[in-house]
Amino acid sequence: MASLCRDCLLTGPDSNRCASCRSPRVITHPELLDLSIAHMDCDAFYASVEKRDNPDLADKPVIIGGGRRGVVSTACYIARIRGVKSAMPMFQAMKLCPDAVVVKPRMSVYADISRQIRQMMDELSPAIEPLSLDEAFIDLTGTKKLHGAPPAVMLAKLTKRMRLEIGLTGSIGLSHNKFLAKIASDLDKPHGFSVIGKCDTTSFLNNKPVRLIWGVGKAMQESLEKAGIRSFNDLLRWEQRDLNEKFGQMGDRLWHLARGEDYRSVKRNALIKSISNETTFSQNTSDPIILDGHLWRMCEKVSERAKVKKLAGRVATLKLKTSSHKILTKRATLREATQLADTLYHALRDMFEQRDLNTDYRLLGAGLSNLCPESDAERSYDMLDAKAEQRGKAERASDAIKEKFGPSAIIKGRALR
Amino acid sequence: MKLSIERSALLKAVSQAQSVVERRNTIPILANVLIDAESEHVHFRATDLDIEVLDKAVAQVEQIGATTVSAVTLHEIIRKLPDGALVTLNDDPSKGRLSVEAGRSIFSLATLPKEDFPVMANSEYAANFSAPASLLRRLFDKSKFAMSTEETRYYLNGVYMHVADSEGGQVLRCVATDGHRLARVDAEIPDGASDLPGVIVPRKTVGELRKLLDNDEMQIAVSVSETKIRFATPEITLTSKVIDGTFPDYARVIPKGNSRKMEVDANEFAKAVDRVSTVSSERSRAVKLSLDEDRLILSVNSPDSGTAEEELSVAYGDEKLDIGFNAKYLLEIASQVDRENAVFLFNSSGDPTMMREGNDISAIYVVMPMRV
Repeated sequence: MASLCRDCLLTGPDSNRCASCRSPRVITHPELLDLSIAHMDCDAFYASVEKRDNPDLADKPVIIGGGRRGVVSTACYIARIRGVKSAMPMFQAMKLCPDAVVVKPRMSVYADISRQIRQMMDELSPAIEPLSLDEAFIDLTGTKKLHGAPPAVMLAKLTKRMRLEIGLTGSIGLSHNKFLAKIASDLDKPHGFSVIGKCDTTSFLNNKPVRLIWGVGKAMQESLEKAGIRSFNDLLRWEQRDLNEKFGQMGDRLWHLARGEDYRSVKRNALIKSISNETTFSQNTSDPIILDGHLWRMCEKVSERAKVKKLAGRVATLKLKTSSHKILTKRATLREATQLADTLYHALRDMFEQRDLNTDYRLLGAGLSNLCPESDAERSYDMLDAKAEQRGKAERASDAIKEKFGPSAIIKGRALR
Repeated sequence: MKLSIERSALLKAVSQAQSVVERRNTIPILANVLIDAESEHVHFRATDLDIEVLDKAVAQVEQIGATTVSAVTLHEIIRKLPDGALVTLNDDPSKGRLSVEAGRSIFSLATLPKEDFPVMANSEYAANFSAPASLLRRLFDKSKFAMSTEETRYYLNGVYMHVADSEGGQVLRCVATDGHRLARVDAEIPDGASDLPGVIVPRKTVGELRKLLDNDEMQIAVSVSETKIRFATPEITLTSKVIDGTFPDYARVIPKGNSRKMEVDANEFAKAVDRVSTVSSERSRAVKLSLDEDRLILSVNSPDSGTAEEELSVAYGDEKLDIGFNAKYLLEIASQVDRENAVFLFNSSGDPTMMREGNDISAIYVVMPMRV
């Protein structure tokens, strides 16, 4: 059986300790040097970044999340021991862990670090499929000759570099398809490295619950449960045709997954279909001025992302959630594709004016869809809006200023509302 | 109710009705046409709650009465009957059915009670005048292409009809714009129209109105209030709500200082634009116009599909100019020109361009250029 030392990156025969450096961090698996599809997931990414940048936080429970309300986006491992989970409402998290230090997310910092990690991954393979800022699939098939080392070694090297050069740890799942790689990366967290080979796929899935499947959420779990399906073993008892009939396309997928089969390939840069952003207010409000401030900031964020991605959108979407959790969405096709915050804001403003003025709202979101390259956008000005051209130029000018002097160098008064 | 009517007369009335009813509606009665038989005449009424059309046709009425039946189904039946057929409509209120008989065909259609049919409230009109069909046809045909479909700016989804002051005095004017292009068409003001309040006639009404305007000699009775507009011929009365909104101040948009004049045969120009735009991208349809001494080069450079170029001789004596447009907009305005040459007035490559036919300022068009 092959083994790999994650500290000195040497491969050797099966052993509990590395023959060279005596490290106990040795992975052993009969297919270790042959598997090539991996999932890399950073450990408590946002929280780890905050701890890295502020050593005082190192031994404290840290929760990343917005404001008094809203939800936990990341909890560090200390907070997790106390039961705090991501997506948990903030008040509940604070009840479980009253001494937690709550840090507001610094998305641009995380995005920067994510780019650094991405660069390291790019050196391994052209087939990288990021799922979010802190996780990605990597397909290293056929790279052994190029790197002069099997995928497992390169992946261990990647996490080692992340730790030494960026100061963050990540966990690797290595397998023969995406489904299993994703599950594997979660098995040995933090700073883990797990392998699920072809030979142990069946025994691994035996009796595991179906909620392990990425994409099976609460609703899907419930409908599976109604059909008597809780574990992979339950799934194995079903005929492919019956699953297909009952659950449609998903049924077909489930049939294959139950056998540890997943034929999806690792796709580089899955096409972006829309750009959107939303915020939950710290307090429900019907105040038009406060809402207007939120609207503008959301438009700015969407526009910022569109500009970074060099995209523009033709359809503008406004999302509002009332205090009673009713979601209202409105969309409008724009006169022309845009990536300007100003144009998006004016389009959404028209729809925004039509809301029920007496209702309290708890969330507001803005979005652009029907995307096209930025070269197809803003090609002509609206003749009925004499100031549109000037406002467009002003926005480009303030973008240039922000680029040079930082994001808060120049802002609209509206953003302070 | 029982009546007999000639197929072509019935088809004409019913086709007008079925085009007004909304295809997808949740209120069943709105899919129906109200058939109301009086002595010698039968009225067909249809509405979508914004527009109401009332058609009158001559019929042999045996028994007066009224009922409602699906406009689309009735239209389909009548359309498929042979020309010259005599159609008998016979309503049986106890069964809730209307029988439609022609030759050897018999249909029995479900009806809804006439009492449920919404009739548009009568209103006071501020202006009543009569205008030849040809005058209204020109006003609307030449302006309607510029109407917007943008939902957020609903007040642009129609043609703005109003009285305006022109060089030669008051005119009846129609304006439409979507922010990319604008059409402004003037006509001599008919007697009694000077009190007309400015109204935005909705897109659908403009389409329905067109069916009343085919006969040049026909006089159309027009009545306008702040909220409604009515067009009537002896047979057909079309009543519509107008768009509740303020039309933008379009006068600001019409360029006044454009001095670079190009004169071109509109037909040749349109054909050339159409040819070169074949290779332009589906989305932008961009065409570049390069002007030099009596010469116009139309070109398209599309990284995806290729390039195209065509030269036209024009009358142009100003400085060189490169300006881009959406080919579709150029074709639309060029097609409005039917007698003389098209005269384009440019300023810079970023400013709106104006177009008119010869020296005729009774119809002018403004187009926004685009980056090429």
